[in-house]
Amino acid sequence: MRAVLTVVGKDKNGIIAKVSTFLAERQVNILDISQTILDEYFAMLMLVDLKKSTVKLARLAEECSELGKNIGMSIHVQHEEIFNAMHSV
Amino acid sequence: MFNTNEILETINMIEKEHLDIRTVTMGISLLSCVGGTAETTAQNVYDIICKRAEKIVKVADELSLEYGIPIVNKRISVTPASLICAPFPQKSTLIGKALDRAAKTVGVDFLGGYSALVHKGMTSYEKTFIESIPETLAYTDKICSSVNVGSSKSGINMDAVALMGQIIKSTAEATKERNGFGCAKLVVFCNAVEDNPFMAGAFHGVGEGETVINVGVSGPGVVQHAIEGIPDSDLSDLAETIKRTAFKITRAGQLIAREAARRLKAEFGIVDLSLAPTPARGDSVAAILEEMGLERVGTHGTTACLAMLNDAVKKGGVMASSRVGGLSGAFIPVSEDIGMIEAAERGSLCIDKLEAMTAVCSVGLDMIAVPGETSASTISAIIADEAAIGMINNKTTAVRIIPAFGKNVGEEVNFGGLLGRAPIMPVHGESAVKFIKRGGLIPAPIHSNKN
Repeated sequence: MRAVLTVVGKDKNGIIAKVSTFLAERQVNILDISQTILDEYFAMLMLVDLKKSTVKLARLAEECSELGKNIGMSIHVQHEEIFNAMHSV
Repeated sequence: MFNTNEILETINMIEKEHLDIRTVTMGISLLSCVGGTAETTAQNVYDIICKRAEKIVKVADELSLEYGIPIVNKRISVTPASLICAPFPQKSTLIGKALDRAAKTVGVDFLGGYSALVHKGMTSYEKTFIESIPETLAYTDKICSSVNVGSSKSGINMDAVALMGQIIKSTAEATKERNGFGCAKLVVFCNAVEDNPFMAGAFHGVGEGETVINVGVSGPGVVQHAIEGIPDSDLSDLAETIKRTAFKITRAGQLIAREAARRLKAEFGIVDLSLAPTPARGDSVAAILEEMGLERVGTHGTTACLAMLNDAVKKGGVMASSRVGGLSGAFIPVSEDIGMIEAAERGSLCIDKLEAMTAVCSVGLDMIAVPGETSASTISAIIADEAAIGMINNKTTAVRIIPAFGKNVGEEVNFGGLLGRAPIMPVHGESAVKFIKRGGLIPAPIHSNKN
Protein backbone atom coordinates (compact mmCIF):
# COMPACT_ATOMS: atom_id res chain seq x y z
CA MET A 1 0.00 0.00 0.00
CA ARG A 2 1.27 3.47 -0.85
CA ALA A 3 0.76 6.69 1.00
CA VAL A 4 1.64 10.33 0.57
CA LEU A 5 3.60 12.02 3.34
CA THR A 6 3.61 15.79 3.49
CA VAL A 7 5.72 18.01 5.70
CA VAL A 8 4.82 21.67 5.86
CA GLY A 9 6.28 24.37 8.08
CA LYS A 10 8.98 26.98 8.52
CA ASP A 11 12.22 25.96 6.81
CA LYS A 12 15.05 24.75 9.05
CA ASN A 13 18.02 22.37 8.99
CA GLY A 14 17.70 18.62 8.98
CA ILE A 15 14.02 18.11 8.25
CA ILE A 16 14.54 15.52 5.53
CA ALA A 17 17.14 13.73 7.64
CA LYS A 18 14.78 13.44 10.62
CA VAL A 19 11.81 12.30 8.57
CA SER A 20 13.71 9.77 6.48
CA THR A 21 15.43 8.27 9.54
CA PHE A 22 12.04 8.00 11.21
CA LEU A 23 10.66 6.17 8.15
CA ALA A 24 13.70 3.88 7.82
CA GLU A 25 13.28 2.79 11.45
CA ARG A 26 9.80 1.57 10.53
CA GLN A 27 10.80 -0.11 7.26
CA VAL A 28 8.80 2.40 5.25
CA ASN A 29 10.32 2.75 1.79
CA ILE A 30 10.54 6.15 0.11
CA LEU A 31 9.60 5.85 -3.57
CA ASP A 32 9.70 9.47 -4.61
CA ILE A 33 10.44 12.78 -2.98
CA SER A 34 10.04 16.41 -3.91
CA GLN A 35 10.41 19.61 -2.00
CA THR A 36 9.73 23.23 -2.53
CA ILE A 37 9.87 26.50 -0.65
CA LEU A 38 6.67 28.55 -0.77
CA ASP A 39 7.26 32.01 0.80
CA GLU A 40 9.62 30.89 3.57
CA TYR A 41 7.48 27.81 4.07
CA PHE A 42 9.00 24.45 3.46
CA ALA A 43 6.77 21.88 1.77
CA MET A 44 8.04 18.36 1.23
CA LEU A 45 6.10 15.57 -0.38
CA MET A 46 7.04 11.92 -0.29
CA LEU A 47 5.44 8.93 -1.89
CA VAL A 48 6.06 6.01 0.44
CA ASP A 49 5.48 2.27 0.30
CA LEU A 50 4.20 0.49 3.40
CA LYS A 51 4.53 -3.05 2.09
CA LYS A 52 7.20 -3.99 4.65
CA SER A 53 6.26 -1.39 7.22
CA THR A 54 6.40 -2.50 10.83
CA VAL A 55 3.40 -0.31 11.68
CA LYS A 56 -0.02 0.04 10.09
CA LEU A 57 -0.97 3.20 8.21
CA ALA A 58 -3.28 4.53 10.92
CA ARG A 59 -0.53 4.11 13.53
CA LEU A 60 2.09 5.64 11.22
CA ALA A 61 -0.18 8.67 10.72
CA GLU A 62 -0.41 9.14 14.50
CA GLU A 63 3.33 8.73 14.98
CA CYS A 64 4.11 11.17 12.16
CA SER A 65 1.78 13.73 13.65
CA GLU A 66 3.65 13.30 16.94
CA LEU A 67 7.02 13.65 15.21
CA GLY A 68 5.73 16.80 13.53
CA LYS A 69 4.88 18.30 16.90
CA ASN A 70 8.37 17.49 18.20
CA ILE A 71 10.18 19.15 15.31
CA GLY A 72 7.72 22.02 14.89
CA MET A 73 6.36 20.98 11.50
CA SER A 74 2.99 19.77 10.32
CA ILE A 75 3.32 16.19 9.07
CA HIS A 76 0.54 14.19 7.45
CA VAL A 77 0.50 10.70 6.02
CA GLN A 78 -2.50 9.83 3.92
CA HIS A 79 -3.49 6.88 1.77
CA GLU A 80 -2.68 7.85 -1.83
CA GLU A 81 -6.23 7.06 -2.93
CA ILE A 82 -7.65 10.22 -1.35
CA PHE A 83 -5.67 12.34 -3.83
CA ASN A 84 -6.50 10.13 -6.80
CA ALA A 85 -10.18 10.28 -5.90
CA MET A 86 -10.36 14.03 -5.45
CA HIS A 87 -8.22 15.19 -8.34
CA SER A 88 -8.81 12.82 -11.22
CA VAL A 89 -12.03 12.30 -13.17
CA MET B 1 4.44 11.39 -8.55
CA PHE B 2 1.54 13.54 -7.65
CA ASN B 3 0.88 17.11 -8.53
CA THR B 4 2.24 19.13 -5.60
CA ASN B 5 -0.46 21.76 -5.87
CA GLU B 6 -3.23 19.17 -5.75
CA ILE B 7 -1.81 17.57 -2.65
CA LEU B 8 -1.35 20.88 -0.88
CA GLU B 9 -4.85 21.93 -1.97
CA THR B 10 -6.31 18.83 -0.30
CA ILE B 11 -4.34 19.45 2.89
CA ASN B 12 -5.46 23.07 2.95
CA MET B 13 -9.08 22.04 2.48
CA ILE B 14 -8.85 19.76 5.50
CA GLU B 15 -6.65 21.92 7.73
CA LYS B 16 -7.98 25.39 7.04
CA GLU B 17 -11.33 25.09 5.28
CA HIS B 18 -13.05 22.50 7.48
CA LEU B 19 -13.41 19.82 4.82
CA ASP B 20 -14.69 16.75 6.58
CA ILE B 21 -16.82 13.69 6.27
CA ARG B 22 -19.75 14.91 8.32
CA THR B 23 -21.18 11.49 8.99
CA VAL B 24 -20.81 7.80 8.36
CA THR B 25 -24.28 6.44 8.96
CA MET B 26 -25.12 2.76 9.12
CA GLY B 27 -28.67 1.95 8.10
CA ILE B 28 -29.99 -1.17 9.82
CA SER B 29 -33.23 -2.97 9.04
CA LEU B 30 -35.10 -3.90 12.21
CA LEU B 31 -38.07 -5.59 10.58
CA SER B 32 -36.86 -9.04 11.68
CA CYS B 33 -36.81 -7.95 15.34
CA VAL B 34 -40.52 -7.90 16.03
CA GLY B 35 -41.27 -10.51 18.69
CA GLY B 36 -44.29 -11.64 20.69
CA THR B 37 -43.93 -8.95 23.33
CA ALA B 38 -42.52 -5.46 23.54
CA GLU B 39 -39.84 -6.74 25.93
CA THR B 40 -38.53 -9.43 23.53
CA THR B 41 -38.67 -6.96 20.66
CA ALA B 42 -36.65 -4.43 22.66
CA GLN B 43 -34.05 -7.09 23.41
CA ASN B 44 -33.90 -8.16 19.73
CA VAL B 45 -33.51 -4.54 18.65
CA TYR B 46 -30.67 -3.99 21.12
CA ASP B 47 -28.90 -7.21 20.09
CA ILE B 48 -29.08 -6.66 16.36
CA ILE B 49 -27.81 -3.08 16.53
CA CYS B 50 -24.94 -4.00 18.84
CA LYS B 51 -23.97 -6.85 16.54
CA ARG B 52 -24.10 -5.05 13.22
CA ALA B 53 -22.74 -1.70 14.34
CA GLU B 54 -20.18 -3.10 16.77
CA LYS B 55 -17.22 -1.84 14.75
CA ILE B 56 -18.60 1.34 13.19
CA VAL B 57 -16.75 3.72 15.50
CA LYS B 58 -13.47 1.80 15.29
CA VAL B 59 -13.60 1.56 11.50
CA ALA B 60 -14.52 5.24 11.07
CA ASP B 61 -11.66 6.29 13.35
CA GLU B 62 -9.20 4.12 11.43
CA LEU B 63 -10.34 5.50 8.08
CA SER B 64 -10.07 9.01 9.40
CA LEU B 65 -6.42 8.41 10.32
CA GLU B 66 -5.49 6.51 7.17
CA TYR B 67 -6.98 9.00 4.74
CA GLY B 68 -6.20 12.03 6.85
CA ILE B 69 -9.74 13.38 6.72
CA PRO B 70 -11.83 13.95 9.85
CA ILE B 71 -15.00 11.87 10.21
CA VAL B 72 -17.06 14.00 12.56
CA ASN B 73 -20.04 11.78 13.36
CA LYS B 74 -20.76 8.10 13.48
CA ARG B 75 -24.46 7.37 13.38
CA ILE B 76 -27.09 4.72 12.94
CA SER B 77 -30.43 4.89 11.19
CA VAL B 78 -33.07 2.23 11.65
CA THR B 79 -36.37 1.12 10.18
CA PRO B 80 -39.14 3.55 11.20
CA ALA B 81 -39.80 2.44 14.76
CA SER B 82 -43.57 2.87 14.42
CA LEU B 83 -43.51 -0.34 12.34
CA ILE B 84 -41.55 -2.25 14.98
CA CYS B 85 -43.87 -0.99 17.72
CA ALA B 86 -47.06 -1.73 15.77
CA PRO B 87 -48.22 -4.71 17.88
CA PHE B 88 -47.68 -2.83 21.18
CA PRO B 89 -47.78 0.92 20.42
CA GLN B 90 -48.41 1.86 24.06
CA LYS B 91 -44.94 0.49 24.83
CA SER B 92 -43.15 2.48 22.11
CA THR B 93 -40.96 4.31 24.61
CA LEU B 94 -39.61 0.96 25.80
CA ILE B 95 -38.32 0.32 22.27
CA GLY B 96 -37.00 3.90 22.15
CA LYS B 97 -35.00 3.28 25.32
CA ALA B 98 -33.59 0.03 23.89
CA LEU B 99 -32.47 1.96 20.80
CA ASP B 100 -30.84 4.54 23.04
CA ARG B 101 -29.01 1.88 25.04
CA ALA B 102 -27.77 0.24 21.84
CA ALA B 103 -26.53 3.59 20.50
CA LYS B 104 -24.61 4.17 23.72
CA THR B 105 -23.15 0.65 23.74
CA VAL B 106 -21.71 0.96 20.22
CA GLY B 107 -20.65 4.56 20.87
CA VAL B 108 -22.39 6.40 18.02
CA ASP B 109 -23.32 10.07 18.25
CA PHE B 110 -26.98 9.71 17.29
CA LEU B 111 -29.47 7.08 16.24
CA GLY B 112 -32.28 8.12 13.91
CA GLY B 113 -35.48 6.35 13.03
CA TYR B 114 -37.87 6.85 15.92
CA SER B 115 -40.10 7.68 13.02
CA ALA B 116 -43.51 7.27 11.47
CA LEU B 117 -44.63 7.67 7.87
CA VAL B 118 -48.18 8.98 7.87
CA HIS B 119 -48.27 11.06 4.70
CA LYS B 120 -51.55 9.64 3.49
CA GLY B 121 -53.22 8.14 6.49
CA MET B 122 -52.50 7.44 10.13
CA THR B 123 -53.31 4.10 11.78
CA SER B 124 -54.27 4.00 15.43
CA TYR B 125 -50.93 2.41 16.32
CA GLU B 126 -49.06 5.17 14.49
CA LYS B 127 -51.03 7.83 16.34
CA THR B 128 -50.17 6.21 19.68
CA PHE B 129 -46.55 5.93 18.57
CA ILE B 130 -46.38 9.63 17.60
CA GLU B 131 -47.90 10.54 20.96
CA SER B 132 -44.96 8.75 22.63
CA ILE B 133 -42.36 10.97 20.92
CA PRO B 134 -42.14 13.73 23.60
CA GLU B 135 -41.65 11.20 26.39
CA THR B 136 -39.11 9.17 24.38
CA LEU B 137 -37.07 12.24 23.47
CA ALA B 138 -37.15 13.40 27.07
CA TYR B 139 -35.93 10.06 28.47
CA THR B 140 -33.27 9.26 25.89
CA ASP B 141 -30.09 11.03 24.79
CA LYS B 142 -29.16 9.70 21.38
CA ILE B 143 -32.51 9.14 19.72
CA CYS B 144 -33.71 11.28 16.81
CA SER B 145 -37.27 11.25 15.61
CA SER B 146 -39.03 12.18 12.38
CA VAL B 147 -42.55 12.07 11.00
CA ASN B 148 -43.42 12.28 7.32
CA VAL B 149 -46.73 14.13 6.94
CA GLY B 150 -46.93 14.68 3.19
CA SER B 151 -45.68 13.68 -0.22
CA SER B 152 -46.02 14.86 -3.80
CA LYS B 153 -47.71 11.57 -4.61
CA SER B 154 -50.25 11.46 -1.80
CA GLY B 155 -50.84 15.04 -0.66
CA ILE B 156 -50.58 16.41 2.88
CA ASN B 157 -52.15 14.62 5.83
CA MET B 158 -53.47 17.64 7.72
CA ASP B 159 -54.60 15.54 10.69
CA ALA B 160 -50.96 14.54 11.14
CA VAL B 161 -49.88 18.15 10.64
CA ALA B 162 -52.28 19.25 13.40
CA LEU B 163 -51.01 16.51 15.70
CA MET B 164 -47.36 17.40 15.09
CA GLY B 165 -47.95 21.01 16.18
CA GLN B 166 -49.05 19.63 19.56
CA ILE B 167 -46.24 17.06 19.68
CA ILE B 168 -43.62 19.75 19.12
CA LYS B 169 -45.13 21.84 21.92
CA SER B 170 -45.20 18.85 24.27
CA THR B 171 -41.61 17.94 23.37
CA ALA B 172 -40.48 21.50 24.14
CA GLU B 173 -42.20 21.30 27.51
CA ALA B 174 -40.91 17.80 28.29
CA THR B 175 -37.33 18.92 27.64
CA LYS B 176 -37.60 22.49 28.92
CA GLU B 177 -34.70 22.04 31.37
CA ARG B 178 -32.50 21.43 28.35
CA ASN B 179 -33.77 24.43 26.34
CA GLY B 180 -36.26 22.28 24.45
CA PHE B 181 -33.43 20.06 23.23
CA GLY B 182 -35.94 17.36 22.28
CA CYS B 183 -37.25 19.59 19.49
CA ALA B 184 -33.74 19.74 17.98
CA LYS B 185 -34.04 15.97 17.55
CA LEU B 186 -37.49 16.01 15.93
CA VAL B 187 -38.17 16.69 12.25
CA VAL B 188 -41.46 16.89 10.38
CA PHE B 189 -41.02 16.01 6.71
CA CYS B 190 -42.75 16.19 3.39
CA ASN B 191 -41.24 13.80 0.83
CA ALA B 192 -38.85 12.27 3.39
CA VAL B 193 -35.99 10.32 1.80
CA GLU B 194 -35.21 6.78 2.88
CA ASP B 195 -31.42 6.94 2.68
CA ASN B 196 -30.65 10.25 4.38
CA PRO B 197 -27.50 9.97 6.55
CA PHE B 198 -28.01 13.33 8.29
CA MET B 199 -29.75 13.89 11.61
CA ALA B 200 -32.25 14.44 12.93
CA GLY B 201 -34.13 13.15 9.89
CA ALA B 202 -32.30 9.89 9.16
CA PHE B 203 -34.22 6.63 9.05
CA HIS B 204 -33.68 3.38 7.19
CA GLY B 205 -36.46 3.02 4.63
CA VAL B 206 -38.30 -0.26 4.20
CA GLY B 207 -37.11 -0.40 0.59
CA GLU B 208 -33.48 -0.45 1.73
CA GLY B 209 -31.16 -3.42 2.21
CA GLU B 210 -30.29 -5.15 5.46
CA THR B 211 -27.21 -3.13 6.48
CA VAL B 212 -26.19 -0.12 4.43
CA ILE B 213 -23.50 2.53 4.76
CA ASN B 214 -24.51 6.05 3.75
CA VAL B 215 -22.04 8.88 3.98
CA GLY B 216 -22.66 12.61 4.27
CA VAL B 217 -19.88 14.92 3.17
CA SER B 218 -19.61 18.56 3.93
CA GLY B 219 -17.48 21.55 3.13
CA PRO B 220 -19.09 24.99 3.05
CA GLY B 221 -15.67 26.47 3.93
CA VAL B 222 -14.09 24.85 0.88
CA VAL B 223 -16.74 26.32 -1.42
CA GLN B 224 -16.43 29.72 0.24
CA HIS B 225 -12.67 29.67 -0.21
CA ALA B 226 -12.98 28.67 -3.87
CA ILE B 227 -15.31 31.62 -4.51
CA GLU B 228 -12.99 34.00 -2.67
CA GLY B 229 -10.36 33.09 -5.23
CA ILE B 230 -12.42 34.53 -8.10
CA PRO B 231 -13.86 37.79 -6.73
CA ASP B 232 -14.67 39.37 -10.09
CA SER B 233 -15.96 36.44 -12.10
CA ASP B 234 -19.51 36.32 -13.46
CA LEU B 235 -22.12 33.91 -12.15
CA SER B 236 -21.57 31.27 -14.85
CA ASP B 237 -17.92 30.98 -13.83
CA LEU B 238 -18.94 30.99 -10.19
CA ALA B 239 -21.33 28.08 -10.80
CA GLU B 240 -18.57 26.21 -12.61
CA THR B 241 -16.16 26.70 -9.71
CA ILE B 242 -18.74 25.50 -7.18
CA LYS B 243 -19.41 22.46 -9.34
CA ARG B 244 -15.73 21.53 -9.49
CA THR B 245 -15.37 21.97 -5.75
CA ALA B 246 -18.44 19.83 -5.06
CA PHE B 247 -16.94 17.16 -7.30
CA LYS B 248 -13.79 16.94 -5.21
CA ILE B 249 -15.65 16.88 -1.91
CA THR B 250 -18.00 14.17 -3.11
CA ARG B 251 -15.13 12.04 -4.37
CA ALA B 252 -13.59 12.05 -0.92
CA GLY B 253 -16.97 10.98 0.49
CA GLN B 254 -17.40 8.18 -1.97
CA LEU B 255 -13.95 6.80 -1.23
CA ILE B 256 -14.68 6.70 2.50
CA ALA B 257 -18.17 5.27 1.95
CA ARG B 258 -16.95 2.38 -0.19
CA GLU B 259 -14.11 1.56 2.16
CA ALA B 260 -16.30 1.81 5.27
CA ALA B 261 -18.90 -0.46 3.68
CA ARG B 262 -16.24 -3.01 2.76
CA ARG B 263 -14.71 -3.09 6.23
CA LEU B 264 -18.07 -3.21 7.97
CA LYS B 265 -19.36 -5.93 5.62
CA ALA B 266 -22.30 -3.75 4.64
CA GLU B 267 -23.69 -2.53 1.38
CA PHE B 268 -22.51 0.85 0.07
CA GLY B 269 -25.66 2.96 -0.10
CA ILE B 270 -25.24 6.54 -1.14
CA VAL B 271 -23.14 9.66 -0.76
CA ASP B 272 -25.09 12.69 0.37
CA LEU B 273 -23.15 15.70 -0.85
CA SER B 274 -24.78 18.30 1.30
CA LEU B 275 -23.13 21.51 2.36
CA ALA B 276 -23.81 21.18 6.07
CA PRO B 277 -22.59 24.13 8.13
CA THR B 278 -21.37 24.12 11.72
CA PRO B 279 -21.32 27.07 14.12
CA ALA B 280 -17.54 27.41 13.55
CA ARG B 281 -16.46 30.47 11.62
CA GLY B 282 -15.38 29.50 8.13
CA ASP B 283 -17.88 26.63 7.96
CA SER B 284 -20.97 28.56 6.97
CA VAL B 285 -23.42 28.37 4.06
CA ALA B 286 -24.49 31.96 4.81
CA ALA B 287 -20.87 33.05 4.27
CA ILE B 288 -20.92 31.48 0.79
CA LEU B 289 -24.03 33.47 -0.11
CA GLU B 290 -22.44 36.64 1.26
CA GLU B 291 -19.25 35.90 -0.66
CA MET B 292 -21.36 35.79 -3.82
CA GLY B 293 -22.16 39.44 -3.27
CA LEU B 294 -24.85 39.86 -0.62
CA GLU B 295 -24.19 42.29 2.21
CA ARG B 296 -25.98 39.93 4.57
CA VAL B 297 -27.87 36.71 4.09
CA GLY B 298 -31.63 37.24 4.08
CA THR B 299 -31.58 40.33 1.92
CA HIS B 300 -33.06 40.47 -1.58
CA GLY B 301 -31.12 38.18 -3.88
CA THR B 302 -30.60 35.49 -1.24
CA THR B 303 -33.03 33.04 -2.83
CA ALA B 304 -31.37 33.39 -6.25
CA CYS B 305 -27.87 32.87 -4.82
CA LEU B 306 -29.01 29.83 -2.86
CA ALA B 307 -30.76 28.35 -5.90
CA MET B 308 -27.56 28.59 -7.91
CA LEU B 309 -25.43 27.19 -5.10
CA ASN B 310 -27.74 24.25 -4.53
CA ASP B 311 -27.90 23.34 -8.19
CA ALA B 312 -24.15 23.65 -8.76
CA VAL B 313 -23.46 21.45 -5.73
CA LYS B 314 -25.80 18.77 -7.07
CA LYS B 315 -24.27 18.87 -10.55
CA GLY B 316 -20.71 18.50 -9.25
CA GLY B 317 -21.76 15.72 -6.92
CA VAL B 318 -23.69 13.75 -9.50
CA MET B 319 -20.64 13.81 -11.77
CA ALA B 320 -18.47 12.53 -8.94
CA SER B 321 -20.54 9.61 -7.73
CA SER B 322 -22.94 7.23 -9.38
CA ARG B 323 -24.76 6.77 -6.09
CA VAL B 324 -25.83 10.18 -4.95
CA GLY B 325 -28.77 10.21 -2.59
CA GLY B 326 -30.13 11.57 0.64
CA LEU B 327 -30.84 15.28 0.55
CA SER B 328 -27.79 16.46 -1.42
CA GLY B 329 -27.75 20.23 -1.52
CA ALA B 330 -27.22 23.19 0.76
CA PHE B 331 -28.49 23.10 4.34
CA ILE B 332 -29.68 26.26 6.04
CA PRO B 333 -30.08 25.41 9.73
CA VAL B 334 -30.19 28.72 11.54
CA SER B 335 -28.60 27.73 14.85
CA GLU B 336 -25.84 25.69 13.22
CA ASP B 337 -24.49 28.43 10.95
CA ILE B 338 -22.71 31.47 12.36
CA GLY B 339 -23.72 33.63 9.36
CA MET B 340 -27.39 32.67 9.76
CA ILE B 341 -27.25 33.29 13.52
CA GLU B 342 -25.85 36.78 13.03
CA ALA B 343 -28.32 37.61 10.27
CA ALA B 344 -31.22 36.46 12.44
CA GLU B 345 -29.93 38.49 15.39
CA ARG B 346 -29.77 41.64 13.27
CA GLY B 347 -33.21 40.99 11.82
CA SER B 348 -32.07 40.68 8.20
CA LEU B 349 -33.16 37.05 8.14
CA CYS B 350 -36.79 36.27 8.99
CA ILE B 351 -38.86 33.10 8.87
CA ASP B 352 -40.71 34.26 5.75
CA LYS B 353 -37.44 34.64 3.84
CA LEU B 354 -36.20 31.30 5.12
CA GLU B 355 -39.42 29.75 3.84
CA ALA B 356 -38.73 31.15 0.37
CA MET B 357 -35.16 29.83 0.56
CA THR B 358 -36.43 26.33 1.33
CA ALA B 359 -38.18 26.28 -2.04
CA VAL B 360 -34.80 26.20 -3.77
CA CYS B 361 -32.49 24.31 -1.41
CA SER B 362 -32.38 20.81 -0.11
CA VAL B 363 -34.18 21.02 3.21
CA GLY B 364 -36.57 23.23 5.08
CA LEU B 365 -37.05 25.45 8.10
CA ASP B 366 -34.28 24.00 10.18
CA MET B 367 -33.21 24.68 13.76
CA ILE B 368 -35.34 27.75 14.19
CA ALA B 369 -36.28 28.94 17.66
CA VAL B 370 -39.61 30.71 18.08
CA PRO B 371 -41.23 32.28 21.17
CA GLY B 372 -42.31 29.73 23.75
CA GLU B 373 -45.90 30.95 23.67
CA THR B 374 -46.27 30.16 19.94
CA SER B 375 -49.43 28.09 19.67
CA ALA B 376 -49.60 24.51 18.43
CA SER B 377 -51.85 25.61 15.57
CA THR B 378 -49.33 28.23 14.42
CA ILE B 379 -46.59 25.58 14.44
CA SER B 380 -48.89 23.28 12.47
CA ALA B 381 -49.53 26.08 9.99
CA ILE B 382 -45.77 26.60 9.56
CA ILE B 383 -45.44 22.85 8.92
CA ALA B 384 -48.31 22.98 6.40
CA ASP B 385 -46.64 25.83 4.48
CA GLU B 386 -43.35 23.94 4.28
CA ALA B 387 -45.05 20.69 3.31
CA ALA B 388 -46.92 22.54 0.55
CA ILE B 389 -43.63 23.83 -0.88
CA GLY B 390 -42.23 20.30 -0.86
CA MET B 391 -45.36 18.70 -2.28
CA ILE B 392 -45.75 21.12 -5.19
CA ASN B 393 -42.04 21.26 -6.04
CA ASN B 394 -41.39 17.50 -5.78
CA LYS B 395 -38.67 18.00 -3.17
CA THR B 396 -38.00 17.21 0.44
CA THR B 397 -38.94 19.90 2.92
CA ALA B 398 -38.80 19.72 6.66
CA VAL B 399 -39.53 21.66 9.80
CA ARG B 400 -37.31 21.45 12.86
CA ILE B 401 -38.57 24.19 15.12
CA ILE B 402 -37.97 24.87 18.80
CA PRO B 403 -40.60 26.74 20.80
CA ALA B 404 -38.28 28.20 23.45
CA PHE B 405 -40.10 27.61 26.71
CA GLY B 406 -40.57 30.84 28.65
CA LYS B 407 -38.54 32.90 26.20
CA ASN B 408 -39.32 35.59 23.67
CA VAL B 409 -37.89 37.49 20.69
CA GLY B 410 -34.57 39.11 21.61
CA GLU B 411 -33.45 36.10 23.66
CA GLU B 412 -31.74 32.97 22.41
CA VAL B 413 -31.45 29.27 23.16
CA ASN B 414 -28.04 27.68 23.28
CA PHE B 415 -27.60 23.97 22.63
CA GLY B 416 -23.82 24.01 22.36
CA GLY B 417 -21.69 21.82 20.12
CA LEU B 418 -22.72 21.27 16.53
CA LEU B 419 -26.31 22.32 17.25
CA GLY B 420 -25.17 25.85 18.09
CA ARG B 421 -27.39 28.66 19.36
CA ALA B 422 -30.63 30.02 17.97
CA PRO B 423 -31.86 33.59 18.33
CA ILE B 424 -35.61 33.53 18.86
CA MET B 425 -37.32 34.63 15.68
CA PRO B 426 -40.74 36.28 15.53
CA VAL B 427 -43.74 34.49 14.03
CA HIS B 428 -46.93 36.06 12.69
CA GLY B 429 -49.42 36.73 15.46
CA GLU B 430 -52.58 36.15 13.42
CA SER B 431 -54.32 32.84 14.03
CA ALA B 432 -54.58 29.82 11.71
CA VAL B 433 -56.67 27.83 14.21
CA LYS B 434 -59.67 27.38 11.94
CA PHE B 435 -57.55 26.18 9.02
CA ILE B 436 -55.71 23.61 11.14
CA LYS B 437 -58.95 22.42 12.83
CA ARG B 438 -60.45 21.47 9.47
CA GLY B 439 -58.15 18.42 9.21
CA GLY B 440 -58.42 16.00 6.30
CA LEU B 441 -56.05 15.69 3.37
CA ILE B 442 -54.73 18.38 1.04
CA PRO B 443 -55.01 16.44 -2.22
CA ALA B 444 -51.90 15.61 -4.24
CA PRO B 445 -51.15 18.06 -7.04
CA ILE B 446 -52.21 17.32 -10.59
CA HIS B 447 -48.64 16.71 -11.73
CA SER B 448 -48.36 13.74 -9.38
CA ASN B 449 -50.66 11.73 -11.66
CA LYS B 450 -47.98 10.35 -13.90
CA ASN B 451 -49.09 6.72 -14.22
